[in-house]
Amino acid sequence: MSVLVYNQNWDGKFKKASYEILSYAREVADHMGTEVTALSIGNVEEDELKKLAIYGADKILSADDERLAGLENQAFSSIIAQAAEQENASVVIFANDFTGKAIAPRVSIKLKAGLVPGVVDVPSSYDPLKVKKKAFSGKAYAHVEVKTPVRIIALEGNSFGVSENRKEGVVETFHPELRDEDFRTKVTDVNKVTDKILLTDADIVVSGGRGMKGPENWQPLEELANLLGGATACSRPVSDEGWRPDEEHVGQTGKIIAPDLYIALGISGAIQHLAGVSGSKVIVAVNKDEEAPIFQAADYGVVGDLKEVMPNLISAIKEFKKE
Amino acid sequence: MNILVCISNVPDTTTKVRFKDNNTAFDDTGVQWIINPWDELALTRALELKEKSNGAIESITVANVGPKVTEQTIRKALAVGADKAIRVDAEPKDASYVATQLAEVVKNGSYDIIMNGIESSDYNGSSVGSMLAELLDYPSVSSVTSLDIENDEVKLVREIAGGKESVETELPFVAVVQKGIATDPRIPAMRGIMMARKKPMEVLQPVDAEPLTDFVEFEMPEPKGECRMVEPGNEKELIELLHNEAKVI
Ligand SMILES: Cc1cc2nc3c(=O)[nH]c(=O)nc-3n(C[C@H](O)[C@H](O)[C@H](O)COP(=O)(O)OP(=O)(O)OC[C@H]3O[C@@H](n4cnc5c(N)ncnc54)[C@H](O)[C@@H]3O)c2cc1C
Ligand SMILES: Nc1ncnc2c1ncn2[C@@H]1O[C@H](COP(=O)(O)O)[C@@H](O)[C@H]1O
Repeated sequence: MSVLVYNQNWDGKFKKASYEILSYAREVADHMGTEVTALSIGNVEEDELKKLAIYGADKILSADDERLAGLENQAFSSIIAQAAEQENASVVIFANDFTGKAIAPRVSIKLKAGLVPGVVDVPSSYDPLKVKKKAFSGKAYAHVEVKTPVRIIALEGNSFGVSENRKEGVVETFHPELRDEDFRTKVTDVNKVTDKILLTDADIVVSGGRGMKGPENWQPLEELANLLGGATACSRPVSDEGWRPDEEHVGQTGKIIAPDLYIALGISGAIQHLAGVSGSKVIVAVNKDEEAPIFQAADYGVVGDLKEVMPNLISAIKEFKKE
Repeated sequence: MNILVCISNVPDTTTKVRFKDNNTAFDDTGVQWIINPWDELALTRALELKEKSNGAIESITVANVGPKVTEQTIRKALAVGADKAIRVDAEPKDASYVATQLAEVVKNGSYDIIMNGIESSDYNGSSVGSMLAELLDYPSVSSVTSLDIENDEVKLVREIAGGKESVETELPFVAVVQKGIATDPRIPAMRGIMMARKKPMEVLQPVDAEPLTDFVEFEMPEPKGECRMVEPGNEKELIELLHNEAKVI
């Protein structure tokens, strides 16, 4: 028996998200009295692989093959399923991000293992396995029981945290068997921003709505985000209007985020918007309308005009940083 | 070329969520049902592709796994332009159950592109599309933000952490689509609604399948405490609260 974790790398490096699912896996494995195997796919240096042991991996499997540079859903899910069989895994854990969503369901079918995506807590029972997940786009939670011998969990980001739990961490090479049919998609171009904090990784997010009035007014919002070391986001009409790129749209039909701090500037707080941000630990709202529904979701609020509040916030943060 | 769009029937996005029977089931009293927003966008894109294909795309079929009441929602898909509909007459028990039913639909038809949404807005499974692809041993591309066909080849763009990737794949395949795939969903016009009545709606019996998971109970999030107000001009106080009280900066 074991707990298998799929640890994605980003250009050969692991991120906080990888360490979070490992920390979670460690807790699950300790409960079950078993070991954690971390699986890495693609080219990652031994030193980087060893880092996975800090967060609780007893064993680290590395599957490296030149064909595995880009995400290939069929090949990746086949490798993970083979690793789960080799390790006799009874729980397989993914991050519920783009990659997890693309491959965990395929692994579920391969292993005939029930999958629960969007999990926000450690299991409340292990036999049968029962976990809490987001439902109704953040408006509720569901408790889901998994009825199969092998169980798959895709953990929502920023819902468990990272904890160190150093283990031996032996690195082994893993040689999966792959078919030609596992490589039927081809990445022809990659367009990535590498110098910005990603919205889904950010601890602090500063977000603008229609109350920002136009794309030309985003400079102070970006300055705020920079000062706080955060990322920028927006409401749906803002991206629909083309004021900001689609990737920044949060909410029911955009990204679901759960930062420590979410600052909503000129956002009314429609139910579909809140669906994407209600997992935030602390919400701050600035709106000139004291009746705006965002204040019902917010922890701190300022009723005022952004034209004044934004510059004031900027100088207040600058002052705070000096102290 | 034929396209299949899988549509799920979900409560309107403004629905106040409530549960019944000791929080074991969703209370659908008074709920308005809609096509899942991403499936609606998928359908919109399918229609756009068909219109500009010069006849190369012959038909667009929509498929749903659900009881008879979902036919209202399916009719909306026909009213905006889908050519035919297939309903598998069964409760959608869980993602693997639904995917198993849809896999039968695909095996009994002839589709080159199968479109699914990234997730259903009710149970947030984000699973059916990729499970379907696996059951069929088809390639799948997820988080698709753009889908085009050039000389019988599909050109896709998918979102990845921090950016976009251009991807090509072989037909038939499953596209799991999200925001960006199309902009404005179509609104059915009177003529479309009339025509929809005459379009074929095939009803299939489900195949045997066991769900792998079970939703046993629901829970509402903890109600938020009072919002603490700070006067404009006192932003310094707000920053101090965020530092000392909330401890987030
Ligand atoms: C199916 C569906 C899915 C949807 N999905 C999403 C989603 O994922 N994400 C999303 O965000 N929305 C989504 N929406 C749209 C949602 O219903 C709202 O229309 C949208 O969130 C409103 O955006 P907003 O708050 O920026 O704009 P508005 O509602 O127009 O609010 C602007 C706010 O700015 C304030 N304001 C104006 N001027 C100033 C000023 N000078 N200073 C301070 N405050 C000011 C106003 O008081 C107002 O509260 C969806 C809708 C549907 C139907
Ligand atoms: N009952 C259903 N009938 C047809 N398609 C469905 C059904 N449920 C989900 N889907 C499709 O699968 C996608 C993802 O759903 P889910 O995995 O439930 O989040 C949806 O956007 C639909 O395209």
